[in-house]
Amino acid sequence: MEALELARWQFGITTVYHFLMVPLTIGLGLTVACMQTMWVRTGKEQYLRMTKFWGKLFLINFILGVATGLVQEFQFGMAWSEYSRFVGDVFGAPLAMEALLAFFVESVFLGLWIFGWDRLPKKLHLATIWAASTASIGSAYFILAANSWMQHPVGVEMIDGRPVMVDVWAVLTNSTLLVAFPHTIFGAFAVAGAFLLGISWYHLWKRRSDGIDTVDDGGKVVVGEGTDNQPGRDKSDHKVWLQSLRIGAAVAVVSFAGVAVTGDLQAKLMFEQQPMKMAAAEAACHDGTGFSVLSVGNLGSESCDDITAVVEIPGLLSFMANGDFKTEVDGVKSLIPQYKEAYGTHIPDLPKYGERGGTKIDYVPVMEVTYWGFRIMIGFGALAAGAAAVALFVVRKGTVPRSKWLMRLAVFGILAPFGANSAGWIFTEMGRQPFVVAPNPDPNGIDNVFMFTAAAVSPGVSTAELITSLVAFTLVYGGLLVVEVKLLFRYVRGGVPSAMPELAHADDGDDDGDGKDKDDVLAFAY
Amino acid sequence: MDFLPTLWFIIVAYLWTGYLLLEGFDLGVGMLMKLFARNNRERRVLLNTVGPVWDGNEVWLITAGAATFAAFPFWYASLFSTLYLPLLVVLIGLIFRAVAFEYRGKVDSASWRNRWDWAIFLGSFVSAFGVGAALALTTTGLPINANGDRAGGPFSWFNGYALLGGAAVVLFCLVHAAAFLMLKTDGDIRARARRLLLAGLPAGVLPMVIWAFAVHRDGGGTATWITLAVAAFGAVLAWLMAAKNRDGYTFTAMALFLVAGTATIFTALFPKVLPSTINDAFDLTVANASSSDYTLGVMSVVGLIGLPAVLVYQGWTYWVFRKRVSASHIPDAHSVTAQ
Ligand code: HDD
Ligand code: HEM
Ligand code: HEM
Repeated sequence: MEALELARWQFGITTVYHFLMVPLTIGLGLTVACMQTMWVRTGKEQYLRMTKFWGKLFLINFILGVATGLVQEFQFGMAWSEYSRFVGDVFGAPLAMEALLAFFVESVFLGLWIFGWDRLPKKLHLATIWAASTASIGSAYFILAANSWMQHPVGVEMIDGRPVMVDVWAVLTNSTLLVAFPHTIFGAFAVAGAFLLGISWYHLWKRRSDGIDTVDDGGKVVVGEGTDNQPGRDKSDHKVWLQSLRIGAAVAVVSFAGVAVTGDLQAKLMFEQQPMKMAAAEAACHDGTGFSVLSVGNLGSESCDDITAVVEIPGLLSFMANGDFKTEVDGVKSLIPQYKEAYGTHIPDLPKYGERGGTKIDYVPVMEVTYWGFRIMIGFGALAAGAAAVALFVVRKGTVPRSKWLMRLAVFGILAPFGANSAGWIFTEMGRQPFVVAPNPDPNGIDNVFMFTAAAVSPGVSTAELITSLVAFTLVYGGLLVVEVKLLFRYVRGGVPSAMPELAHADDGDDDGDGKDKDDVLAFAY
Repeated sequence: MDFLPTLWFIIVAYLWTGYLLLEGFDLGVGMLMKLFARNNRERRVLLNTVGPVWDGNEVWLITAGAATFAAFPFWYASLFSTLYLPLLVVLIGLIFRAVAFEYRGKVDSASWRNRWDWAIFLGSFVSAFGVGAALALTTTGLPINANGDRAGGPFSWFNGYALLGGAAVVLFCLVHAAAFLMLKTDGDIRARARRLLLAGLPAGVLPMVIWAFAVHRDGGGTATWITLAVAAFGAVLAWLMAAKNRDGYTFTAMALFLVAGTATIFTALFPKVLPSTINDAFDLTVANASSSDYTLGVMSVVGLIGLPAVLVYQGWTYWVFRKRVSASHIPDAHSVTAQ
């Protein structure tokens, strides 16, 4: 493999991986903040337990987001030095804002939250989790500003062949950003919703299969208490899971509505800004109006004539693109000549392109990926939301059925929104190819700001180095993912007492009797 | 001299200094996990002294990188791509270290803890060494060509300064951590930290002084003679204060040493940011590596809001967690069992 391909694989793998942790951090962080707010307001035990339990899982996940985020920050310079030189004037700014205005707040206040349980007054302690979780949303805004600029460059002028920022406000209010941001945040909540739902379902099921909760003749739950040596399995415990489940399911349903509305807006912008991506999302060779639910044939073939839409909804594509039912959306065939005309047929034979200079440009992204990426995103999202709605109905009488299979389904369902998120990103990023900075066909846009991915990679870095790092990151990330998932399982199985030692040791007696000032014992000590 | 690029050179230098000052002690504490702590309880004392703050300290590194990208994209691109492999090692080290901090106490088993202790130790060591090497090389020069790309193979950057800088930061972190532990712990650990500092201080500061002197010799002047003298004074003062058992002053003097040392290095480097060892004409400088004045202006406004705010709330965290940590504060390990 060539340096370019290696660098692309590496960026793709590391970023998709980072984006497994990120949505859970964003969605769960804010949810935990809400739970803690309920506790401070009502003083009810179940909210404290919810905060502690979900907070623990949040932290186990958070740390991997931090660790992998570091790589993101460095790798633009390491593997994409030409890209960094080209876009640095405009692209570096949102990254620096993210670090200065968001990451600092996030990490400092999270430290205060973790270690501050007994040190800070209740309300101040509550404020720290709000600060940290709001900052994680802020960080998403800034990083998406950077990414949206790659999809739709604004606020710059070309000076000496480089885009130079002339209007930061335009960069921070990029139309692409204004819809990508809510879409991504809703996507993050979809993840958190399914996470709450699946795990709570498991615990309600466990309580039933252990015979703690039973169901009366009307199907209504009769909440019981565990035996003495089962710390934490009291009536409050039931409330913890039932409420978490309901919150999770509601969040999942609402977020799906959110992604659908904002996704529709994104599609309309994409039609204007990146028509080729739109066509590739549809694997549409010829101009048309219908949305294909299923197409068969060889999506990757050169002559795209052997692709047939098996199930097609007439007019839907036009609606997605333009809000009516008859606008012909350009297919790949009519777009290729337009792109060739505007951006050339061959990569220029300039030194910065290295061996890639003079090769033919393929303007069509990998259609298998864009077509299926788009459908997996929507499909998995819809599936998770539908299941959440059903779950809300099923638990209306206060518990879940005893079926083991349903429980497994609920737990596996956690993966669906993760899949939707990854698929969405892979579609977005690969649909932009062969550009790393996509040109702006909008007549009011800025002309000639674009960059081929082929020109972006570091010229001085050898394939051997890239292979080393690609292998290293893949192995390390893979290994850590296994550890994270194992730990999550362990803490999930342990239930609330795993996050609240005080529950587990309540009847040990001797621990409390040694006269230590309670304030002196570190809460949440490492 | 252009005002904004110069201002941003100062801000970048400030961010690196802040990074070494703050993460310096938690990297050092990470290494001391294996070199100093005698049992699990002591290791937990060490961990909990930095527990609430290490992640915030690390963001100084992220910000230093991001600010370099925003303000000096050519510097960012050349430095990071040239030092590809060493930075890869730094990243892997930081990944393991971060995860280890969080996961170490999550399973109550000695072998689990031992594995993560090694991750903390090695992660801290390689990241301190790598950051030191990278900083030393950007201040003494790298083999970059006219486009700013590395000439030669994956290791053509290597020279004695890489080792010197790496050693300088590792050793500094160790003695800085000893000063920090004097300030933050009690009893036996504190007494041993003090002895470590008294014995190790000369070796702990010497490589950094040599590095600062080398850069000063190439590009320094009166100003850097003064900062160099201040650094030496800081080191001596730190030793004397430790001898007198005045922990607050000891730590402050260590900070003075570091700030004066990096001030020497960056002042002597200015106006270059990354000299080329191939040809002086290829040197990256504050003028030819920076972003446009517009971008720097925008970033100055952001920095004006962000940087003082960081000092306030990060300072506040240190105040909230100002109490000393000692072995008697550490609760028993909590084992998670399935319900
Ligand atoms: C749970 C996650 C999730 C779900 C259920 C959906 N999306 Fe999505 N989608 C994302 C998560 C996501 C994402 C990962 O967050 C992306 C990647 C880039 C972005 O801005 O958001 C994305 C991108 C993305 C794009 C590409 C934007 C571009 O490249 O410029 C479009 C057109 C849509 N989405 C449209 C939709 C529609 C019409 C949906 C229908 C219900 C939908 N998405 C559901
Ligand atoms: C976090 C969510 C993101 C995911 C999952 C993601 C995914 C990907 C993937 C899969 C690729 C490889 C595409 C290919 O090689 O064809 C890629 C490329 C790239 N993305 Fe993203 N991306 C994300 C966000 C971003 C953001 C926020 C930025 C900018 C700040 C960005 C910048 C890039 C760059 C520079 C490349 C390399 C050039 C290329 O191959 O296209 N990405 N990304
Ligand atoms: C849509 C894309 C992205 C979003 C929404 C996002 C958001 C976040 C969030 C919420 C965190 C907090 C920690 C965690 O994840 O658990 C984080 C960490 C981090 N992210 Fe991302 N990120 C994205 C992509 C990227 C990219 C492309 C970069 C590289 C420039 C990046 C750089 C970082 C860094 C350096 C950290 C560590 C921060 C710390 O130590 O607190 N992120 N990101």
